[in-house]
Amino acid sequence: MSSIKETLFDPVFKNNPIALQILGICSALAVTTKMEAVIVMSLAVIFVMGFSSLIVSLIRNYVPSSIRIIVQMTVIASMVILADQILKAFVYDISKGISVYVGLIITNCIVMGRAEGYAMKNGPFMSVLDGIGNGFGYSLVLIFVGVLREVFGSGKFFGYSVLPLTSEGGWYQGNGLMLLAPSAFFLIGVFIWILRTFKPDQVEKD
Amino acid sequence: MLEQYISIFIKAVFVENMALGFFLGMCTFLAVSKQVKTSIGLGIAVIVVQTITVPANNLIYVYLLKPGALAWTGNPDLASMDLSFLGLISYIGVIAAMVQILEMTLDKFFPALYGALGIFLPLITVNCAILGGSLFMVERDYNFSESVVFGLGTGVGWALAIMALAGIREKLTYSDIPEGLRGLGITFITVGLMSLGFLAFSGIQL
Repeated sequence: MSSIKETLFDPVFKNNPIALQILGICSALAVTTKMEAVIVMSLAVIFVMGFSSLIVSLIRNYVPSSIRIIVQMTVIASMVILADQILKAFVYDISKGISVYVGLIITNCIVMGRAEGYAMKNGPFMSVLDGIGNGFGYSLVLIFVGVLREVFGSGKFFGYSVLPLTSEGGWYQGNGLMLLAPSAFFLIGVFIWILRTFKPDQVEKD
Repeated sequence: MLEQYISIFIKAVFVENMALGFFLGMCTFLAVSKQVKTSIGLGIAVIVVQTITVPANNLIYVYLLKPGALAWTGNPDLASMDLSFLGLISYIGVIAAMVQILEMTLDKFFPALYGALGIFLPLITVNCAILGGSLFMVERDYNFSESVVFGLGTGVGWALAIMALAGIREKLTYSDIPEGLRGLGITFITVGLMSLGFLAFSGIQL
């Protein structure tokens, strides 16, 4: 029982894929200006991770190791196409907004890394949990960055005004930097700093 | 005519830098930028692969996948087909194949170069800058010659960014950084500042 819990929740804080393993950062930064996009992207990643881990784990005993990378790639790519088509069908506007980044889940190293590092060695049930757990760990960072960027950048939360902007008669002057690329880097840097202050064993020694 | 190509090139290198503006190829960007020497090797490998794969994917998109692209077969059933949903899986296949071919060619004809670039080539398959380049090319509807210039430009831009970051990180080893921020954390902040610097280029009118 405890191992199920560990597999599912360890990647969230203890072994966060973004903060500790430096995996899958590309999309983490690009889609975080709006919470809607963050949620959609997170769901897409969790979906892709869960299913690709499941499939890779199911076929792991039949795949010769010399071609395993290309097999994993194909499985992941198929899952991403599925996710992309679903998004296009149901939330077209948002999927337009995060355009190429859904496709880029294929090369998101988290998915590949978990398929190679965990699903190839473990049973289907645990692999799904591991995939979903890592998806959550990824989403956590995305949500942290997304909330800060949307609230301080455009004074909104999920599109609803929480800090009324001066341009709309309120009192809050939007922080333009938050909407630009560099702020995402700063925020993730700070996130890592906070995480490592509470978990000193994650500090890099050299 | 020439102006248009120069403008695509400059835009791809500076204004819309793959690494600092679109956060693509971040995983390798952060992982392999500890030394200037290795980052130059990786940078060159990315330029080469990008210049080959973007035009190759352009041909695949225009002649096979685009809605109505199969018209050249003369078969009316095929001509009305829209295969663009197969895009992701074919681009990643092309990239993986190209990297493999490049690796074998280098190994056979330019062993010295292979020795220098060898270990980086497999990494490039999962570099999102490469797939991202192809996806942006499709989204912006570039023709064949434009895609050659665009591929070269994005490659050069990415290489430039990683070399600059490696230079800064080499110097950073002498600084006294707060403990939790050491390693990954400070790298993020540094990249953020670099990205802020590159924002200055966005004012360029082309």
